[in-house]
Amino acid sequence: MTSQLINAILLGGYYTVLAIGLAFMYSVMNVINLAHGALIILAAFGLLVLSSIFAIPLYLAIVIMICVMFGLGLFLHRFVLSKASQGGELLPLLATFGMAIILDNLMFQAFGADSNSLAPLVGDLSWASFELPGNIYIGQISVYILMAAIATIIALEWLLNRTDLGRRIQATSQDRATASLLGIDTGRTLAIATGIALATGVLAAAALGLRSAWGPYDGSAQLLFAFEAVVIGGLGSMWRVMAGAMILAIAQSIGAMIHPQGFLICGHLAFLAAVFIRLGGNGFSLPGLLGKGAQT
Amino acid sequence: MNTTAKLTVTRGGATANMTMIAIIIAVVALAATPWVFGVGGSGRAVALLVYVLLAVMWNALAGFAGLVSIGQTLFFGTAAYATIRLADAGVDPYLAILIAIAFGAALGWITSLFMLSLKDGEFAIGMWVLSSLAHLCVNLDPLIQGETGTSLISLNAYDIQTRSMITLWMALGITIAVFVILVVLLRSRTGAAITAIRDDEIGARSIGVNVMKTKRIVFVLAAAGTAAAGALWLASASNFQPRAFFGVQWTAYMLFMVLVGGLGRIEGAIIGAVLFFVIETFFAAYGAWYLVGLGAVAVFFALFLPKGVWGWIGPRLPGEAIPTGYIVEKSNT
Repeated sequence: MTSQLINAILLGGYYTVLAIGLAFMYSVMNVINLAHGALIILAAFGLLVLSSIFAIPLYLAIVIMICVMFGLGLFLHRFVLSKASQGGELLPLLATFGMAIILDNLMFQAFGADSNSLAPLVGDLSWASFELPGNIYIGQISVYILMAAIATIIALEWLLNRTDLGRRIQATSQDRATASLLGIDTGRTLAIATGIALATGVLAAAALGLRSAWGPYDGSAQLLFAFEAVVIGGLGSMWRVMAGAMILAIAQSIGAMIHPQGFLICGHLAFLAAVFIRLGGNGFSLPGLLGKGAQT
Repeated sequence: MNTTAKLTVTRGGATANMTMIAIIIAVVALAATPWVFGVGGSGRAVALLVYVLLAVMWNALAGFAGLVSIGQTLFFGTAAYATIRLADAGVDPYLAILIAIAFGAALGWITSLFMLSLKDGEFAIGMWVLSSLAHLCVNLDPLIQGETGTSLISLNAYDIQTRSMITLWMALGITIAVFVILVVLLRSRTGAAITAIRDDEIGARSIGVNVMKTKRIVFVLAAAGTAAAGALWLASASNFQPRAFFGVQWTAYMLFMVLVGGLGRIEGAIIGAVLFFVIETFFAAYGAWYLVGLGAVAVFFALFLPKGVWGWIGPRLPGEAIPTGYIVEKSNT
């Protein structure tokens, strides 16, 4: 039981890394990027190509891909999101969904339907484990992923609250027109924010590839996990997202204990429960998201 | 400048009459397919009608009520599953289809109670979560055998000629019924509220439109229409594999048809469905590349031609093709 709980929390660490980029874009731009999952899968293929074909060490491949995805984020904002958001709130959804379909199928054409993994690249580490008291073994990689999740959140919170760029991002997300009047280049700021969101996706891609295997069409499942973590936790701070990711992982693990197919079902039910709680509107419900709802 | 302006308010006109004639010709042609093109032709005709249903319903949802749903497969797949279940319990397959549509509407109403409280993007993926949940639960049913699926065996009680004719005429009848309900709804008081929400939701609310109630009406209608499409697709394909009914490709099709045809116009949705039908006929064999192309065209329209094909044709015609609004003309006396 303890061991299952610990493993669920470690899985929650993966969902945290997965959800950070989605939550960041949602809170800054009020856009849910439906291509989030597909872009993570794209980053995972990028890591695989760099390290297996060009024989670049994985940590270096991660650094390169972070730069690539950051650049792709700038591009995405400049040519898709900024244009789509002029046409109302629905078009960014439609455009990013269309992008997800394009990416999924292009990756299928390029890499085939096989499942891929980054685990062989790190040798012994992929099965190495820590032993905890009480004969509990936990995978080292999962622990590092959880640590990466926490480090990413600390870095993002620092960026948002302590740096000039962060203040520009916050100002732009709160009131674009006023921020622009105050001399902030809002287009550039949002492009950088998109770049940051996509760059965090590289960590998610590395985590996915090291923990398990992926195929070209796995983006939508990752998107759903990330989205569920965001809704369960609520926006407001990245720590809430992390809490949501943990609750999602624990619900899934309980589901898996009940029935072999229960893993995903219980995750979805946890999402539904979060929606109901929010409807109830009592104190326990997620004020961050409620606050967002009240603005309209 | 002291002349009194005389206002004439009209609805319809030459364009609407022409459209009516075109629709009647199309309906007669579709109804006659079994005698002209046989069983295969009827199957294609049902596919076209299913696309029209899906496009018109998704357009009503996204274009009129401002609700982008990535998970309308919830209703599409569940209705097909309900048909299988009912037929297995001994209900005539065609009666089962009708019950499944009512079931879809009921499911839509229940879902609307909590999903409509979510905002844009959250609603969009939230519906996808529900669809995925329904898919997983359907897979648990021993009758379906997971992804293996099953067939609508009781259709074999009818010989293949009769079966294809009944399915086609039923599809035609249901599509016309849904279409008439939508047009009547749009021309009613609720229609004025729907159009107001489409144009400016906050503005509509401020002049006293009950936004939630209006959205719920559209959502339930869209659920029923999408359910009808799912049940009819099953009757036509006769195999039920969960993945083929709950798959995200259906959402991509709906998005393509509505974006290309023109978001927010019924005429656009119909044109989008016909275009999609033609494209699918010629390019579906290209598999993944075909989907890449559909996605690319949809993104192109979303970014550069958000009003779609009808956004170009519509304003060039006198009056409305499918009259849902009023035309006010001012003449000085």
